[in-house]
Amino acid sequence: MPKAMLFDSSKCMACRGCQVACKQWWELPAVPTTNQGTYENPPDLSAETWNRIKFTEIGNNGTVRWLFTRQSCMHCTEAACVNVCPVYARSPHELGFVTIDQERCIGCGRCVEYCPFGVPKLGNYDVSPRIRVELGTPRTVTYNCQLCRDRVEDGLIPACAKTCPPGAIQFGERADLVEQGRARVNALKATYPKAYLYGENELGGLHVMFVLTDEPGVHGLPENPQVGTYPDFSANELPVWYIEAIDEGKLPVLPSLGPLPGLPATPPAQELGWGAAALWSWLGIGVVGIGAALGWAIRRRVAHGEEKPKTQED
Amino acid sequence: MTNHWNDIANSDCMMAIGSNPAENHPAAFGHITEAKERGAKLISVDPRFTRTSAKADIYAQMRSGTDIAFIGGMIKYVLDDMDKNPENYNIVYVTEYTNASFLINPDFQGAVDLDGTFSGYDSSQRSYDRTTWKYQYDESGIPKRDKTLTDPNCVFQLLKKHFARYDADICCNITGADKATYLDICRTYAATGKPGKSGTIMYAMGTTQHTNGTQMIRSYVILQLLLGNIGVAGGGINALRGESNVQGSTDMCLLAHILPGYLKQPINKDQTLEEHNNRVLTSYYTNNDDKSLNWWKNYPKYMASLIKAWYRDVTPSEGYQYLPKTTKPYNDYSWIGLFEAMYDGVIKGLMCWGQNPAVCGPNVNMERKALEKLDWLVAVDLWETETAAFWNRSDVNPADINTEVFLLPAAASYEKEGSVTNSGRWMQWRYKAVSPVGEAKADLEIINALVLKLKELYEQEGGPLAEAITKLTWDYGGSHPDVHMVAKEVNGRDLSTGKLLGSFGALKDDGTTISGNWLYCASYTEAGNMSARRNPDPGMFNIGLYPEWGWCWPVNRRIIYNRASVDLDGNPWDSEQPVIKWNPTKGESGGWDGDIPDGGAPPVNQGGYYAFIMQAEGHSRLFGALNDGPFPEHYEPWESPVENLLSGTQNDPAFKIWDSDMDHKGDPGRYPIVATTYRISEHWQAGQMTRNLPWLVELMPELFIELSEELAAEKGIVNGGRVIVETARGSVEGVAMVTKRFQPFKLNGRVVHEVGIPWHWGYTGLSTGDSANVLTPHVGDANTMIPEYKAFLCNVRKA
Ligand code: SF4
Ligand code: SF4
Repeated sequence: MPKAMLFDSSKCMACRGCQVACKQWWELPAVPTTNQGTYENPPDLSAETWNRIKFTEIGNNGTVRWLFTRQSCMHCTEAACVNVCPVYARSPHELGFVTIDQERCIGCGRCVEYCPFGVPKLGNYDVSPRIRVELGTPRTVTYNCQLCRDRVEDGLIPACAKTCPPGAIQFGERADLVEQGRARVNALKATYPKAYLYGENELGGLHVMFVLTDEPGVHGLPENPQVGTYPDFSANELPVWYIEAIDEGKLPVLPSLGPLPGLPATPPAQELGWGAAALWSWLGIGVVGIGAALGWAIRRRVAHGEEKPKTQED
Repeated sequence: MTNHWNDIANSDCMMAIGSNPAENHPAAFGHITEAKERGAKLISVDPRFTRTSAKADIYAQMRSGTDIAFIGGMIKYVLDDMDKNPENYNIVYVTEYTNASFLINPDFQGAVDLDGTFSGYDSSQRSYDRTTWKYQYDESGIPKRDKTLTDPNCVFQLLKKHFARYDADICCNITGADKATYLDICRTYAATGKPGKSGTIMYAMGTTQHTNGTQMIRSYVILQLLLGNIGVAGGGINALRGESNVQGSTDMCLLAHILPGYLKQPINKDQTLEEHNNRVLTSYYTNNDDKSLNWWKNYPKYMASLIKAWYRDVTPSEGYQYLPKTTKPYNDYSWIGLFEAMYDGVIKGLMCWGQNPAVCGPNVNMERKALEKLDWLVAVDLWETETAAFWNRSDVNPADINTEVFLLPAAASYEKEGSVTNSGRWMQWRYKAVSPVGEAKADLEIINALVLKLKELYEQEGGPLAEAITKLTWDYGGSHPDVHMVAKEVNGRDLSTGKLLGSFGALKDDGTTISGNWLYCASYTEAGNMSARRNPDPGMFNIGLYPEWGWCWPVNRRIIYNRASVDLDGNPWDSEQPVIKWNPTKGESGGWDGDIPDGGAPPVNQGGYYAFIMQAEGHSRLFGALNDGPFPEHYEPWESPVENLLSGTQNDPAFKIWDSDMDHKGDPGRYPIVATTYRISEHWQAGQMTRNLPWLVELMPELFIELSEELAAEKGIVNGGRVIVETARGSVEGVAMVTKRFQPFKLNGRVVHEVGIPWHWGYTGLSTGDSANVLTPHVGDANTMIPEYKAFLCNVRKA
């Protein structure tokens, strides 16, 4: 049964224990910041910051509201990042979250560009001591919240949910949390007529849902995000067998070069041997490197020609 | 807290005034959230819109330092409404449990008669003679009462007369609150006056840190008593403590005027223990009414047991001789007084234990200067604090400073075993998780080594009053002290049997029992360490008493004054959320169910005592004697931009004003803007424990100053730019946070601005910046001398 997280903005008091708990669990470093005239910091998600609280101050004739909204991976069912990734580094987990296989990730940056929530961020392999050990070789990969997959698989709840003092972050069975979220929204409607359960249906259902006290746009969330508002990249994905062979150590890890087009759809014949395949790929990289650069440029042009999904920066 | 954190969840209405629990007590805010989920209302009253206000149902703006006007208007609203709709209030509670019906000396004159002061004021001494504030007694020495509450000299009528001036218009003109919102708060909070409803007031340093902070708390108490909110579940008057063990350290006498367990500090006049006991016993209202239990009459037992804990081998009377006696008024021994004495060169050495005065002291430039005059300073801390490094700050030349500084590295809380007592008086044992780093040692190790060395030196070399040290009983296991031995001594034992005592009821005044703190007697008994209990059973009536989770003073009573939660027959006012309930079928002659009641006697109607057993008269006090008056009266802060609208008495008439060459008062012409200081979630106190943690520095990297858009526009200041705040004491520079959350105050037709500054910064650590206390004045509360950190005058300009 899929799990999910329910963030209740009506209960969040912006203590940001969740921001720190996330960094503590993942051994993510602090980033240098300055005060920009707001409590909010760091100013955006990054390879070192996977979860943060946004502060929105709204004034109206002398009365004021201060909204606190989480920004972090929403673990979409229809996940743009999964669909655009050329190397299957991102995949839906049966427990409901979208995992990142950073050993597969080649840092091509497509997910960074097409996530409707602006979540994945590029960063070096040595962002945290923990991840450096896992990745080993110096390279650029993407980072974002993984819903504490390791903790959840061990029967714990994510670090942010564990630390949240007022219980603004709940973690559990998605079906239960949908119920809970609906009930909470109904209760809030008396005070906040626009209260809304964000993520119940958006993008096929998010695995991080928000109880909002106002319209999503007011909280800085895309209204009605859509699936597939990005180019169809299926043609220049690497075949699964190739990636699996890398996973199994039969082929060398790909450098951070972007997509490698043109490999056959089935593995090479056994008699050809993995050595030959490796040779082929490394020979190919020289050629493909140029091709990739070209492909990258073209893809960027295509991307910018298309209407991009709305992100909260817009 | 009269109640405790978990109990907040039982409340129907919570008013956060002088506190900001979302930011300063985030771990406990869950209880507030829980109450809200059950339908309770949260009211936030604060000069600026805070993270607590963001979660509140009603927010009212209030200029710093005007709590008594704000609450005074609410008291008037309730008193008026009681006349109109008595069925909405618990009149029996007011008549039977408070001193509303007590008659006061007819010579008493109040603020109405005397333009803001009370009878007995001596302006040359800035103090009161309280003779006219006494009760009238009958021939047998029992206070006279009028239970119809109509006698013009009864407390209730005096209260009405006093607060009649506090109408909503004048209160809003003083505080700057919006009138419609203010009346909404009056209505919403007054609704907790109905029997079965409860309201709680949560306050903290925003209340206490004023020249009349104690009186502000008195005003909350009066409101709560009129509404029958003391003693009930979800009610009470709840001080939100700012540190995990500040309640514990207060209980253990980290204050100048008390000994452990709130016993009184001996003064020079108390030459013998008997004299001391007599002075203390008669300093309370005398009372011959045998329906009043008057618990403090046991004082001599607690004092004798404390002295015996300290001086095991001598009689209590002899041990008393070794206790230091104060020769000066209390003011001189409190924080400001001590620093004035250092500044004057009177005090030569300072042990600074987990404290950082070079950041947190008021008028901190003066206090830093005072440190320069010391011969020696010992700083015991986790980091090299600003205090430990005061000689190396940017504006001094280290070569000019002769103070010898010793820095002793201390273990952090997770590096040692012991107990902490939280806001709700719960004592909870905690364990050592990791060993201290480097040479750091637990405080107990440090003090133990120090005392053993002092004993050795005094034994070898003698010296003045050497016996006070040489005769001191100090045996906690030798050079490596055992914290359990300390905890057992705090609990106390019977010296004849050697057994740990099960309750302070067993303490004696003849020197045969010891107890390091009578209030903690029952915490560590022959049955074990009660504070280490971890039974999550919420206990009877499902109000979250958790009777077997840790331990709570006194005698594990979770809600104090709980006798006021029942009627005279012992039936709870609130049948859904009772705290205690008389059960006639329990035991041989009936007994109480639920929490541990105040004193074990049956209900009042069955021969029991009055509800408030700690008060000599057995009733809680709507009229009670403090240094600055029997009723709270609004006065302007020492530095204020406006005249007192209520009387010709501008400031509290009884706080001490110091006059060293660094004690300057700001003039409203030059400094027209109100300033206040506060804490934020991301940093803690003087900042050493958070400004050294990169993750927290990332969240709040720099000192900032919050100000309204209107003030910023007037001064040409932009959000995120730099701003300078200046007072008569000094100036600080920080990032301007221009916000709608600060609105200009409209006071009697005039616009007054206020700015807010967190005080966590200093010059050591990862994140540095000016301390807001460069700005604050060296004046303090008339009763406690806690410094005025919350309301003073400044000017601001673009940096
Ligand atoms: S820990 Fe909870 S209350 Fe604190 S900021 Fe995060 S979600 Fe909000
Ligand atoms: S929020 Fe972005 S990164 Fe997270 S699953 Fe959705 S598309 Fe992928």
